[in-house]
Amino acid sequence: MSPDTAMTATAPAAEAAVRKGPPGAARGRRPGRIRRIGLPYLLLLPALLLELLVHLVPMVIGIVMSFKELTQFHIRDWGSAPWAGLDNYTVSVDFDAPVGKALLHSFLVTIAFTLLSVGLCWLIGTAAAICMQDGFRGRGLLRALFLVPYALPVYAAVITWVFMFQHDNGLVNHVLHDQLGITGKPSFWLIGDNSFAALLTVSVWKGWPFAFLIVMAGLQNIPRELYEAAALDGAGMIQQVRRITLPSLRPVNQVLVLVLFLWTFNDFNTPYVMFGKTAPEAADLVSVHIYQASFVTWNFGTGSAMSVLLLLFLLVVTGVYLALTSRGRRTAP
Amino acid sequence: MSPTRSPMAPPRSFLWTRRIFLTLLTGFVLLPVYVMVSSSLKPLADVTGAFRWLPTELTIDPYIDIWSTVPLGRYFVNSLVVAGAATVCSVVIAVFSAYAVSRYSFRGKRVFTVTVLSTQMFPGILFLLPLFLIYVNIGNATGIALFGSRGGLILTYLTFSLPFSIWMLIGYFDSVPRDLDEAATVDGCGPLGALFRVVVPAAVPGIVAVAVYAFMTAWGEVLFASVMTNDTTRTLAVGLQGYSTLNDVYWNQIMAASLVVSVPVVAGFLLLQRYLVAGLTAGAVK
Repeated sequence: MSPDTAMTATAPAAEAAVRKGPPGAARGRRPGRIRRIGLPYLLLLPALLLELLVHLVPMVIGIVMSFKELTQFHIRDWGSAPWAGLDNYTVSVDFDAPVGKALLHSFLVTIAFTLLSVGLCWLIGTAAAICMQDGFRGRGLLRALFLVPYALPVYAAVITWVFMFQHDNGLVNHVLHDQLGITGKPSFWLIGDNSFAALLTVSVWKGWPFAFLIVMAGLQNIPRELYEAAALDGAGMIQQVRRITLPSLRPVNQVLVLVLFLWTFNDFNTPYVMFGKTAPEAADLVSVHIYQASFVTWNFGTGSAMSVLLLLFLLVVTGVYLALTSRGRRTAP
Repeated sequence: MSPTRSPMAPPRSFLWTRRIFLTLLTGFVLLPVYVMVSSSLKPLADVTGAFRWLPTELTIDPYIDIWSTVPLGRYFVNSLVVAGAATVCSVVIAVFSAYAVSRYSFRGKRVFTVTVLSTQMFPGILFLLPLFLIYVNIGNATGIALFGSRGGLILTYLTFSLPFSIWMLIGYFDSVPRDLDEAATVDGCGPLGALFRVVVPAAVPGIVAVAVYAFMTAWGEVLFASVMTNDTTRTLAVGLQGYSTLNDVYWNQIMAASLVVSVPVVAGFLLLQRYLVAGLTAGAVK
């Protein structure tokens, strides 16, 4: 906070003008002050209005909808849909009935998928960034290549993977079955249990470059003298990574892991392009599950209730995560 | 220690591990790219039978046929208009917001940044249907067609990239010394003059990075595009799936089309990735 702006907020104008120094500054102070106070809000207005229109108001409406019995009969005039009380929620979390059971299954699949994907993305990204910390020939080219999966439009990349995972004419079966003979017969990758591995592969392929990019940027802020001092003290490569690199990256990792988690957990594009509107059970991520529950079965009330539950879960996880990681950071030396 | 090796020189075992790891990783990264490029140059027979590493003959027919099998040209123009407009608007709005947060202290500053950032957390599915209803109702009430139009999609997409853009630019603007804009104010520039004559020119790498990010976000989005567009406004994200719903799946054409729609973003990204890395270093990672 600049001393100047701090004063306009707290100290009386006269006193501020005196302390400010040049006496000329006091002239025309009033209109200047009003503009000073109004201007930041004016600058924020467009962003605020748009966020309200596209995110916040729809979210509130979504929450209201979750308490309504909203089917295709009421979609033209959704306000007229009868209130459903907590029915949509009880249906969603009744794990003995089919709807709740399917949601729980989808939720657990998503958790497993997200943990594995985030873990692998972080590991590969960090390893690659550390490997490329010092200059070697072709480093710039390699860095550009590694960013290609991140730069490719999701649908183009995922459609290519879908082609590779085809049963009869795909590359994966050709290599695993025809060329290496690992599998007895060609496998199905986009239906059945294998679909989880297929989805994870695509997700990691697409996600790790972001971790790489962020960690690489974070590494540039670590002073080289730290490594030199450690090397003189006889610390080896692994020691240096453990004692200097990883602790220095902590603030970067705190944000990176959270962002990766939220993006992966909410990812709709990858499973939707891979499997279409109805995903195989083993790869039934919750975003597609809710889409399916809303737009395929035309039951928007229940779909909204599921979305609200998902949002609550993410809020709790984010809160706990930030509390835990921030406390750890403050007590650390 | 010999004079040719600095104390920083990594041990031989690390160099080998690094070589193997980076080679494997390059293979993993490039495999789909190779499949995309090679399959796009194959005749149809090569992609309907068992997978072939090399085409039996090279042909550019898929690149000619893609434009007539589905109206790819129209989708392309739609995507270009939507992503281009969303990028320009998003960057301009983010510059204003980030300047306000970076240079002024005002009531509600923290609430603003936290609220905007937390919208990143919302599952898209939660506000997809309400947004659809809002757009339909605005259309009925005012005659402004947002649902099914490019305008609605532009409006939606620009808010997707806004939170991250604002956040990154705040960090970037913070790193531009305040003395510079105070000097500009003394020279007679208003606050906006200082923004456009001093802060923006000094933060060009960050702004370029944000623009690249915004364009990529809009160019690649699938969920809202699949619900909020109709036949005339369909973008590439939805249009590309048109190939796989045909009776015969022309994989060579799909790969050619994927490559064509990827080229603008990948080329732009690779050209400007330096700025993105610099922008992240200055802004996000602190």
